[in-house]
Amino acid sequence: MTADSTPLPSTPGVVDPSPEAPAPEVARRPRRTDGAIPSRRERSVPHAGWMVVAGKEFADHLLSARFFVLLAILGLAGGIPIFLATEQIRNLASQLPPGISGLFVGLFIIGPSDVSIFNIDVTVQSFITLAAPLLGLAFAFDAINGERAQGTLPRLLSQPIHRDDVINGKFAAGLAIIAFVLAVVVLVISAFGILRLGIAPTASEVLRLIIWYAVTILYVGLWLSFGLLLSILFRRASTSALVGFGVWLVVAVFGQFLVRFVLAFLVPVTNQLTTDNLQAVQTQTFILRLLPTTLYNEVSRVLLNPTATYAATPPTIGQNVQVSQQIGSVLSIDQSFIIIWPQIATLLAIMVVMFAIAYVRFMRQEVRA
Amino acid sequence: MTAPSTRPTRKKVGRQRAAVGAEPGTARPARGEADDRPRAPIRTRGLTKAYGDLLAVDHLDLEVQAGEIFGLLGQNGAGKTTTILMLLGLTEPTEGQARVVGLDPARRPLEVKRRVGYLPDAVGFYADLSGRDNLRYTARLNRIPRDEAEEAIDQALEQVGLAHRADDETEQYSRGMLQRLGIADALIKDPDVLILDEPTTAIDPLGVTEILDLLRSLVEERQMAILLSSHLLNQVQSVCDRIGIFAAGRLIGQGSMADLAHRFGEDIAHVEAEFQTSDDAEVARVREVLGAIPSVASLKAPHRGNGAWSIAVKPAADETRVRRSILAAAASTGLDLTSVRAVAPSLEEIYRRAVERAAHGHARDVR
Repeated sequence: MTADSTPLPSTPGVVDPSPEAPAPEVARRPRRTDGAIPSRRERSVPHAGWMVVAGKEFADHLLSARFFVLLAILGLAGGIPIFLATEQIRNLASQLPPGISGLFVGLFIIGPSDVSIFNIDVTVQSFITLAAPLLGLAFAFDAINGERAQGTLPRLLSQPIHRDDVINGKFAAGLAIIAFVLAVVVLVISAFGILRLGIAPTASEVLRLIIWYAVTILYVGLWLSFGLLLSILFRRASTSALVGFGVWLVVAVFGQFLVRFVLAFLVPVTNQLTTDNLQAVQTQTFILRLLPTTLYNEVSRVLLNPTATYAATPPTIGQNVQVSQQIGSVLSIDQSFIIIWPQIATLLAIMVVMFAIAYVRFMRQEVRA
Repeated sequence: MTAPSTRPTRKKVGRQRAAVGAEPGTARPARGEADDRPRAPIRTRGLTKAYGDLLAVDHLDLEVQAGEIFGLLGQNGAGKTTTILMLLGLTEPTEGQARVVGLDPARRPLEVKRRVGYLPDAVGFYADLSGRDNLRYTARLNRIPRDEAEEAIDQALEQVGLAHRADDETEQYSRGMLQRLGIADALIKDPDVLILDEPTTAIDPLGVTEILDLLRSLVEERQMAILLSSHLLNQVQSVCDRIGIFAAGRLIGQGSMADLAHRFGEDIAHVEAEFQTSDDAEVARVREVLGAIPSVASLKAPHRGNGAWSIAVKPAADETRVRRSILAAAASTGLDLTSVRAVAPSLEEIYRRAVERAAHGHARDVR
């Protein structure tokens, strides 16, 4: 391999084609001539880089203070409404004929009728809509800028992993921890419903709950990817935390309230059922649907209430009249799903787009500040 | 690429070394069985990185052989770190090519990074993990099987002198300890090439000697190629086989200390002579005697009579002759000469001259 005198190959990517490379050299160390041949090491540990990153991040999250704080917050968000709604649910259970489907999933959307905060019903679902974004933000707001601040990013990137393994691994770990926390909350509420209230789920209700659980992960994952984006855009973790918190306040807490307030001036809605009025309602619905909270609420309302036959106000007067004339019925899961799949797709799209922006920004960022 | 035999064998050799101690030469088969001139593990040709109009690295031609320590010397912002990032495939060069262990880091960063240990400037660790756990994470990222990793981690911690604090959280580490841990971190993948960005900045003087000794032994026993960047001149001088002087993105000189002294020394050699003098009159006589010696370009008297006289010799080739003349003069005049010796040029001076010359636009001639 007398290559010192030969110029570098002009075609990049070709690894030093040296025709005079002696055969014994190749035989002696097969890995050295071509780095692509996996060594004993790679074969013995089959993990991809992102899995190693995700594993480490997940372990970190599980032991972190923020994990316990958020578990407590989400526990309270689930516990308070179910505690307040116990009486209501008991009454409802005694009124309903036995064997009817829908009461178990009702645990998550039935709340005390006399209490509401900021126009938000006190139900498990609405409280989760409110609090769950914190879960996503908390596990992502310092994902990348935290590594930068600690000085671990150059070291991490100099290991034999792809650059996107870092962001993918962190996202996967975030999703896993979110799924874990939400699973705990859902299971605790279910256990409470079964043991204390004696309401057993039917098979279709379990399925509804699983789908709702998946959509909830999606909804929180959206905030996770938003947090990830913030951690890449801002150099300081405190800045990205503040921005994330601010957006959470505006969108999740005051969102409905603010949008309705502004729209009340722009497109006033009256009580009359006129075409103008209906158009105003539609405009409002459209604007509100730009908020992920609205989308998630609509999905939840339909998934957790088998009698819900529409996600939002129907678009024409005729349909509106139809709705009011409908005989109450219980939908099967696939029918419910047909109603809200566009919302689910939109949530997914928002999450993917957010993550894609974060991904591209991260890949283009210089390693050094 | 002079690394010996297969990887597992070499690994065993590496492990034994810690116990057995230094046995230079035994760890590798004789060089040149298959070829006399091994390929340099680090090579660049016209490597250039531009940030907008600013040329951070300007047509860099660099070669670091296996079994040598190359010191990259330059002020902050001279392009050292950018060069290193390009060698690791963490930044794409605007122009030119790099080859690290025979591979293009821009195209095949994973293979390169698997075999290159890197200590970043201002290295950091996860504060809530112990030193050992931090290294374990690195081992997992390098896909080193668990038992092999534990062994490598123990050895690396021992080598950098951190074994006793390995299970403390790195939050409690001093800056110097983090730096040591960083070197251990770079070593656990058993690299062929070690790239160290300011490896000794925060380490105390005694620790520096240890670290530099460690680097020496790695080079001699494992035939690693080490590229280190530093602005601490005397450390670079003491440990590096060859030195590259970096200014404004350009390598304005490279070679051994002797080469650089020759190139930037302006043909001046330095001799130190000590005289035992009792009064000012004797000092004046010493000055007179030394001044009379041919080829002595300038004289600097010690501060208080006694001490070393600094004598500049031009042309540098006359250095031996001047020393003999001093001895002869001392003998004939009866001055009490206590020592006379040649002084190696300091890197500081070479560096200053090189940078000055580059600043005056002579860089092209120098190259």
